[in-house]
Amino acid sequence: MNQLMRFSRLHGDSKVAPFVAILVVLTLLASMGNLLMPEDSAFYVSTYTITLLGKYLCYAMLALAVDVIWGYCGILSLGHGAFFALGGYAMGMYLMRQIGDRGVYGNPELPDFMVFLNWTELPWFWQGMDQFWFAMLMVLLVPGILAFIFGWLAFRSRVTGVYLSIMTQALTYALLLAFFRNEMGFGGNNGLTDFKDILGFDLQADTTRVTLFAITALLLAVILVISHKILQSRMGKVIVAIRDGESRARFIGYRTERFKVWLFVYSALIAGIAGALYVPQVGIINPGEFSPLNSIEMVIWVAVGGRGTLIGAIVGALLVNFAKTKFTAIMPDGWLFALGALFVFVTLYLPQGLMGLYKKMMDKRRPDNSDSHGSDTEGKNAEPAVKGGNV
Amino acid sequence: MSALTDVREVMRRDQVWSFLKDEQKQVDVSHDVILYVEGLNLSFDGFKALNDLNLYVNDGELRCLIGANGAGKTTLMDVVTGKTTPDSGSVYFGQSINLLQHDEADIAQLGIGRKFQKPTVFEALSVFDNLELSLKQQKSVLPMLFARLTPTEIDRIDEVLNVIGLKEQCFMQAGALSHGQKQWLEIGVLLVAEPRLLLIDEPVAGMTAQETERTAELLTSLAGERTVIVVEHDMEFVRSIARTVTVLHQGSVLS
Repeated sequence: MNQLMRFSRLHGDSKVAPFVAILVVLTLLASMGNLLMPEDSAFYVSTYTITLLGKYLCYAMLALAVDVIWGYCGILSLGHGAFFALGGYAMGMYLMRQIGDRGVYGNPELPDFMVFLNWTELPWFWQGMDQFWFAMLMVLLVPGILAFIFGWLAFRSRVTGVYLSIMTQALTYALLLAFFRNEMGFGGNNGLTDFKDILGFDLQADTTRVTLFAITALLLAVILVISHKILQSRMGKVIVAIRDGESRARFIGYRTERFKVWLFVYSALIAGIAGALYVPQVGIINPGEFSPLNSIEMVIWVAVGGRGTLIGAIVGALLVNFAKTKFTAIMPDGWLFALGALFVFVTLYLPQGLMGLYKKMMDKRRPDNSDSHGSDTEGKNAEPAVKGGNV
Repeated sequence: MSALTDVREVMRRDQVWSFLKDEQKQVDVSHDVILYVEGLNLSFDGFKALNDLNLYVNDGELRCLIGANGAGKTTLMDVVTGKTTPDSGSVYFGQSINLLQHDEADIAQLGIGRKFQKPTVFEALSVFDNLELSLKQQKSVLPMLFARLTPTEIDRIDEVLNVIGLKEQCFMQAGALSHGQKQWLEIGVLLVAEPRLLLIDEPVAGMTAQETERTAELLTSLAGERTVIVVEHDMEFVRSIARTVTVLHQGSVLS
C-alpha cells in the first residue's frame, strides 16, 4: 500500500483536476458577479477587476509555458517574452485592421501610424491580417517557427545551460530593438493600440471583457490538462530524464535535441496564445513586452510557485502579479527591488517554491512518510550550468 | 548525358530507392568478432590520447581493460559509443556496421550499452521509470508521446529488476538509492535494452566487498549471451572475473 502511495506521488499525484474545477468555478462566479449583479451589490465584480484577472490568467499561461521548458526540461529560457509578444503582435495586427476607417486619419486600409509615416500601401506582412482565422494562425505559426529555428540551431549544436539562457535573452533583446524601429512597420515604440472591436464585438463592452476573461480561463485549463498529459506520457519521462542526465539519455538511444526542440516549440506556442489573449484585454502591445526584464520576471513567477509543478507556475504567476499590482500602487519605484529580494529569498529559502512548501507541510502531517523525498531537485538547476562548459 | 544516366539509375525497377531501404541493423558476427578497432588515433591539443590502437573483441567474450590513468580507456569508450570522433582509424561493429558514421543515439539503438564511471541514473524518476525508458522501442518523439506500457514490457522490466536485485525499491525515486544500488540500476538500464555489447566503466568503484562480489557474479553471468567490456582499476576484481585482459598504455595496446 505504501508503495502504491509512493507510486502515485512520483507520478504526479494529480492535483490538476481539482485545480481546474476551482478555476472554472471561480471564473463562473466572477463572470456572473460582473454581468448579473447590480453595481451596488456586495457581490459585484467590477469590469476593471475582470480585466485585471484576465491579464493575470494570461501571465499564468505564460508561466506555464516557461515551467514546461524550465521546470521539466531544465532549459532556462530568458526569452519567453519574445514569443509572448509575437503572439500579441499578431493579435494586435488583426485588431488594428479591424479599426478600418474609424482611425484618426480615417484611412480604411492603413492603420494610423502608417498614414502618419506617409506610407501609401500596406506592407506585405500586414496582408491577410484582417482575417481572424489567418491572424490566429499567425499567433501560432510565428512563435512556433521562430522557436523551431532557434531551438533546432541551439540544441543541435548542444548549447546548454547559461549559454542558452544568454542566447534566448539576446533573441528577445534583438527583437525589442527591431520592433522599436518605425521602418519595421509595427508602429515603432508606440506599438499597436486604440483597438475598437474584435470579431465585431465592442472591446469596451462588459460582455466582451467577460467573454475574453472566460476564454482565457478556459484555454488555461485546457493547456494545463494537455501539458499534464504530455508530461505524464513516456515522452514526459524522457524530458525529465534529459533534465537529469542528458548524456545518459543520449546513450540509451534518445535523440535528446529533438525532444528539446519540440518541447521548446510547444512552450513557445503556449506563450504565443497567452500573448494573443493578453492584447485585446490590455488594449495595447508595444515593444516593451520584448524587454528582457519581462522575461526574467516570468522566471521569477515560476520560481516562486515552484518549478516542475504546473500548478505551482500558475499560482506563482497569479500571486506575484497580484503583489505587483498592490505594491506598485503603494510604492511604484520599489517594485523592482521587491522583486529582486523575492527572487533571492525564494532561491535561498524556498528552492522548490510554494508548491514545495505545501508538499513539505503535507508530508509533515503524515508522519509515516518522513523519507528524504523531494529534497533532490534543488541541485538540478545548477547542473546545466556546470555542463555548459563543453559547448 | 550524365543526368540521364542518373535518372535511369534512380528509376531502376529492380531496386528499391536507397532512402527507402531499412537500415541494416543486424550485427554480422559471422567471423566471431563483434568489435573491430583498428589504427585509432586521437589527440587533444597535441596530447595523444589514443595512439594507433588496435583491439578485437570476440562475440560473447568478457574482456577487461586495464591501464594507468590517462591510458585512453575512457577515450576508447567515448569513440566506440560515438561521443568523440577519432582523428583516424576505424571502428566496426560486427562485419558491416561502421560505428564512426553513427551518433550516440544510433549506436545505442544498434545494441551498444554504456555505463559511466560515475553512476548516472535519472534521479527524479522511479527505478521502474528508469528501466521503462531504456526498453527497446521506437525512441523518437511522437511514438514516445503515445507509448503505453505493454505486459511484455512489464515482464521484461520485472525480469531485470530480479537480476539487479532492486525489486523492493521498484517505485522508489532513483535519487534515493544508495551508491551501489545506483550502479546496479545503471547496469539494469543497460540490460533492459538488450544490448549485444556492454561497455562498463569501473563498475565497482565505491562498492563494499559484498557488493563487489555480487557485481562480479552478475557480469560473469552476462558474458556468453552478450559481449562485455569492463574497464577497471581494482586488480582483484579483474582477477575474479577476467578471462582475457587487455592492457592499455599511453593510448595503445600493451598486451
